[in-house]
Amino acid sequence: MSSISATPSATPFISIAVRRRFVRRNAWGLSIYAILIVLFVIEKLVHPGLNAFDIQTLVIETLPLALAAMAQASVVLVGGIDLSIGTMMALVNVVAARWMVNADAKQATFDSIVIILGTAALGALTGFVITISRVPDIIVTLATSFVWYGLALYVLPTPGGGIPFDFANLVNGELWGWLPEGVFVLACIVLVVWLPWYRSRLGLSVYALGSDRMAAFLSGVNVARTRIAAYALGGLFVGMAGIALLAETSQGDPNSASSFTLNSVACVVLGGVSLAGGRGGLLGPIAAAFVLNIIRAILGFLRVDPNYATVIQGAIVVLVVLFAGVLALRRRK
Amino acid sequence: MSATAPASSPTVEAGPGRIAEFQRRLSDQPLYALAAILVILFVILSIISPGYRSLHSVSSTVQVAAILGIMAGGQTLVLLTAGVDLSVASVASAAAYLMAQNNVHGAFAAILIGLAVGLVAGLVNGIGVGVFGVQPLIMTLGIGAILGGMLIVYSQAETNGAPVVPQVMYELGTRTVFRYIPLDVLLVWLPLSVILILGLKYSGLGRAIIAIGDNPVACRLAGVRSWQVLIVTYVISGGLSAVAGMILGGNNNAVDLQLASSYLLLTVAAAVIGGTSVFGGSGGYAGTIFGALILTVLDAFLTVINATEAVRQMLYGLLILLLAWAYARLAGNT
Repeated sequence: MSSISATPSATPFISIAVRRRFVRRNAWGLSIYAILIVLFVIEKLVHPGLNAFDIQTLVIETLPLALAAMAQASVVLVGGIDLSIGTMMALVNVVAARWMVNADAKQATFDSIVIILGTAALGALTGFVITISRVPDIIVTLATSFVWYGLALYVLPTPGGGIPFDFANLVNGELWGWLPEGVFVLACIVLVVWLPWYRSRLGLSVYALGSDRMAAFLSGVNVARTRIAAYALGGLFVGMAGIALLAETSQGDPNSASSFTLNSVACVVLGGVSLAGGRGGLLGPIAAAFVLNIIRAILGFLRVDPNYATVIQGAIVVLVVLFAGVLALRRRK
Repeated sequence: MSATAPASSPTVEAGPGRIAEFQRRLSDQPLYALAAILVILFVILSIISPGYRSLHSVSSTVQVAAILGIMAGGQTLVLLTAGVDLSVASVASAAAYLMAQNNVHGAFAAILIGLAVGLVAGLVNGIGVGVFGVQPLIMTLGIGAILGGMLIVYSQAETNGAPVVPQVMYELGTRTVFRYIPLDVLLVWLPLSVILILGLKYSGLGRAIIAIGDNPVACRLAGVRSWQVLIVTYVISGGLSAVAGMILGGNNNAVDLQLASSYLLLTVAAAVIGGTSVFGGSGGYAGTIFGALILTVLDAFLTVINATEAVRQMLYGLLILLLAWAYARLAGNT
């Protein structure tokens, strides 16, 4: 279902039918990567001096959104939606900025682990409240978004704090002089967190629940536990996203992350995850995050007013979903 | 959520106890529970701050609640179709800003321009959702973002000078008649409420709106032109958001680019606290009226206890959650 299954155990004897099915199932995910490559070519055309530094900047700017999109996708796959991602990122951002301002890299690493586990717990708590209260996801996360924002304001009313340079460099630096470490970090997270999850029973339950909750319930999937786990996974990614944001801006700000909630939803949709749940993966949304930011970069090289860039970005999102609607309509006929 | 809840099927009675009987009555008449919550909140507010125990403060509370109530009216209709309109705040801000910016052409033209913004945005949303079958969440989100960006560009490019709220809107947003009846309630919210409540119950469009949210497949098979109903619903939502935004501008006697941004989530909260299901097909506008009043009193409450912004936000979130939770429990509205 997700483009993760891009490695069907690499046997050369895959039948054409299987390969066709793979392409058909992952058509959207594959095309978003194709779009990404086309956009890279366009960026190179409008800015011939494109170099490793520009790519590096793009990766650093995209990492928080990519992680936020992964968080949103984890929750959307199970059939939920998380409107508190932006403010929870803000909370992480300010807590980390206060803790790490005078820390060394070792202490900062420890703090990050504590924070990421903490947001996973907050995510689980959100999922727990949704499950026992039977209040819809959209309302619970809407309410918690106020709570996280209030906490963030309480922790750090005005921008401040900081992050040790060598710790921030873990994601801002380059590996072997050319590979942006952000890409490496994303790949590690996908391999260490998402793949085992996707392959596990729990991952299967997530997709089953997202596709048809009643059928999953009747086939013995533990609905409550699966939903709570999905929100916990989302919280885990939100923690990482908040720290990545701090690494990018190197200053804590309770208002810094407000745009991430809605942009993460946009990435999830562009990345081929159905908002109804059960379809898609995490690799699509990651590519979508890069697409959104590369469009911004291209418009920047073209010296377009950044405000127009917002309009154009929004228009592209709308046009893409309209196009998907047209495709769906034609398929039905 | 309802799909997972075989226990919540309406035929199962949870025992003969008094509590079950009480719950059954409440789920038949959820408005009583809402009215009770509203009264309790108001009593608490009056105890903490005796200054609120006056007709005057009731009047000004209702005056402010009208803005949220009008905006949440469109949201309620959209939620009833199993959609959501996340562009209401951008539409309201844009309508108010364009109205104030075009006041030089006369108040009437300015208000028409503001209204047109809402209707056009609603039309685009409606076409996306109704004709192309785009998820309402992402469609309205995108249109809201585009509108917000265009508004910034416009505000930098315009040459008409500083925006001025038309006098008539200022009066509508701040004046009262017979000392205690706010003008915006008398002229806009009250007639609108009557139209929405009766329209949802008795008009063909109102019934189609609820039916589409309840069961889109059955609607299609029954020959309802869903796409037309959806377009009209989103156009109404856009129009009401524009009206609310312009009244908000009048109430503040000032406009800015972010005028109504805090209203976005409140419109959803008001409708849901009022018993409208985000899954569509059940609910109505009467509950939303109470939802808007409750949220406004809650806001006044947080102002009265003199909380810092941080505590205010936290309490606001927790109270919305508790209200929704208590309401879901009491009225069995899951």
